[in-house]
Amino acid sequence: MSGTGARDLFTTMLRIRRFEERCVELYSAGAIRGFLHLCVGEEAVAAGVLAALSAEDAVVSTYREHGHALARGVPMESLLAEMFGRVTGCSRGRGGSMHLFDASRRFYGGNAIVAGGIPVAVGLALADRLRARPRVTACLFGDGAVAEGEFHESLNLAALWHLPVVFCCENNRYAMGTALARSHAETDLALRAGSYGVRSWAVDGMDAVAVREATALAVDTARAGGGPCFLELRTYRFRAHSMYDADRYRDRAEVEAWRLRDPVELLAADLTADGLLDDAGRKELEEAVGREIDEAERAAEAAPVEPVEDLTRFVTTTMDPEVAR
Amino acid sequence: MTVTAEPRTLTFREAFREGLREALAGDDRVFLMGEDVGRYGGCFAVSQGLLEEFGEERVRDTPLSESAFVGAGIGAALGGALPIVEIMTVNFAMLALDQIVNNAATLRHMSGGQLSVPLVVRIPTGPGRQLAAQHSHTLEGWFAHVPGLRVVAPATLEDARGMLATALADPDPVLVFEQIGSYGVRGELAADPGPVDLDRAAVRRAGSDVTVVAYGGTLAPALDAAAELATGDLSAEVVDLRTLRPLDTATVLESVARTHRLLVVDNAWRTGGPGAEIVARVAEEALDELDAPVERIGAVEVPVPYARQLEEAALPSVGRIVEAARRAVA
Repeated sequence: MSGTGARDLFTTMLRIRRFEERCVELYSAGAIRGFLHLCVGEEAVAAGVLAALSAEDAVVSTYREHGHALARGVPMESLLAEMFGRVTGCSRGRGGSMHLFDASRRFYGGNAIVAGGIPVAVGLALADRLRARPRVTACLFGDGAVAEGEFHESLNLAALWHLPVVFCCENNRYAMGTALARSHAETDLALRAGSYGVRSWAVDGMDAVAVREATALAVDTARAGGGPCFLELRTYRFRAHSMYDADRYRDRAEVEAWRLRDPVELLAADLTADGLLDDAGRKELEEAVGREIDEAERAAEAAPVEPVEDLTRFVTTTMDPEVAR
Repeated sequence: MTVTAEPRTLTFREAFREGLREALAGDDRVFLMGEDVGRYGGCFAVSQGLLEEFGEERVRDTPLSESAFVGAGIGAALGGALPIVEIMTVNFAMLALDQIVNNAATLRHMSGGQLSVPLVVRIPTGPGRQLAAQHSHTLEGWFAHVPGLRVVAPATLEDARGMLATALADPDPVLVFEQIGSYGVRGELAADPGPVDLDRAAVRRAGSDVTVVAYGGTLAPALDAAAELATGDLSAEVVDLRTLRPLDTATVLESVARTHRLLVVDNAWRTGGPGAEIVARVAEEALDELDAPVERIGAVEVPVPYARQLEEAALPSVGRIVEAARRAVA
C-alpha cells in the first residue's frame, strides 16, 4: 500500500475516533437520545473495509455503524443531524443512530436486528448478478450475528448462488455483554464460515492496512466471479456496548491489554516510523478533524426538525389511507 | 395482459400461473424464487413449466431458508429487481417475519423515503384440508396490522390472474395470500377482465337485507350462503374485501348504509382478527346505520385440528353463515 493510502486510512480512523468521542459528550448533554453504540477501538475495521470498495459497490451495516457511514463518505453533518432528529439528517430524523441510510452512496443502513441485514446484502448481490453488473456488496455485522439463523441461511444461499458478497464479521468478542466463548461452541468464526464453501480468513482487525488488504482481496475475488468471501476481523471495543451499559462483564485488565493495541495509535506509529507523520502533522490533522466536527455540530444544531404534520410521510409511496385515518 | 375475446374456463391454479407467466414475460427485472418453485413446479403446481420457459436465473429454487430468501427478495428489490418470492404456506412465513416486518415494511420510512422495496411475496394459505395446526391457520391479519405493507387476498379468477401485475407495479411490498383450497377450483374467467384495482373492495352479489363481508377463503362460502338465503327470500349483499391493508372501509360502509345489518365472515380466529377491525370501523363510523347487533363468524379459538369433524366444527361454513345472517335480520 502506498504511503498516501495508509495516511488516508489514518485520517479516516481519526475522524471516526473524534466523532465518537463527541457523540459521548452530546449524548451526556442530552442532544442525542435513544440507543447509542460506539465503535471506539474498532476504527480499523471501518476504515480498512470501506477503503477497499468502489462507489458502485453496496454496503449493509448494523446499529454500530457511525464509523462505517463516515468511512463511506456520508457527511458528518448529516450523521449528527440524524442523531439530533433533524430533517437534514441522513434519514430525515426517522432512523437515529442505529438507522443511518444514504442511498446516493449505496449505504443501506443501519440495521438494528442482529443479522437482519445479512439476507438483504445477499439480495443486493443477487440483483447485480441478474443484471450482470460487476458490483460487490459488503455486509458488516458483529460476532453476535453468527449465532443467528439468518447468518447461516445467508452464507449458504450466497455460496450456493455464487453471489458477490463480502461478509465482514466485526468480531469484538462480545455479543452485548456475552463473551464469544459463552455463546459459541466453536469460536473460530472463519472456520465455521468456511464450512459453507465460502472463502474465509481471519484478519487482525486492529491493523487498518491489513484489513484493507484482506478486504481488497475478498472484493476482487467476489467481483471476478469467485463467489462470496468471509472476513473475521478480530477487534475490540474500548467502550461499553451502548451508553446504557455499565460494562460489568469485562475484566479491566482485558480492556487495558487491548487498549495497548489501539488501532489509531498503531497506525500512527507506523506512519511516524515511515516518516509519513510527525508531531506537527498529527496536530494539524487533529485540528482539521476538530473543525470538521465543530462545523458539523453547529450545522446540525441549526437545522430544522421535520414538522409533526409530516409524521405519516414515507410509510408507503402513495399515502396509505390507514396511516392517514 | 392477454386479452381474450371469449370467456374461458380454467382453474385458479391456471389463472395464478398465467399471471406469473405474463409478469415474467413482460419485464426482465421480474424473477420468481422460493421453495420448490422450479424443478418441482411449485408445491401446488402453480409454477409448473415456468422453469423450462424462463430458465434457472429467473425461476430460482431456494433452500428451506425463509428468512434468507425473503430478505434476499428485499435486497434484490432495493437493487432494482422485481422479485416475486413464494413462501410455501403462511405458516412458514413465520420464519420470515423478521424480514417482512422489520425490513420490508420499515425501510422506506426509516430511511426518510430514500429506499423503495418493490417486492411481491406470494403466500398460499387456508384451512380445510385436514393438515392440522401447523398448515391450516389464517394469519393474514397479522400482516395487515403492519404499516408499510399491502396485503391482498385474491378470491376470484380475475383477481387470481390480475392482482400480481398490479402488485408488481406497486413500489412498496405487497403480500398476496392465495387460497390453497381454490387452486383446483374451475370457473369462468371474464373475456377481458382488464387491470385489477387493489384499492377497492368489490360487491360480489348485490342485496338489500344484510351485508356479508368476506375475503379470501370465506368469499365462496359467503356467496353459497347468499344463494341459499335467497331461496328463503332473504337478500344478502356480499362484499369481498380483496385488500386487507389498506382496507376499503367506504365500500363496507356504503353497503351497511343500504342493508343496515352486518355479518363478517373470516377463517381467522375472532380475537384481534380482520373481522374485528371491520366491526370496529362500522361501529366508529356507521353505528347509527345498524338496526341489529353485528354478527361475526371466525374460526373457533383452537389450533385447527386434524380429524375431519373437528376441523369442520372449527371453521366457518355455509350453514353457520346462513344461521348468522338469519339472526342478523331476525
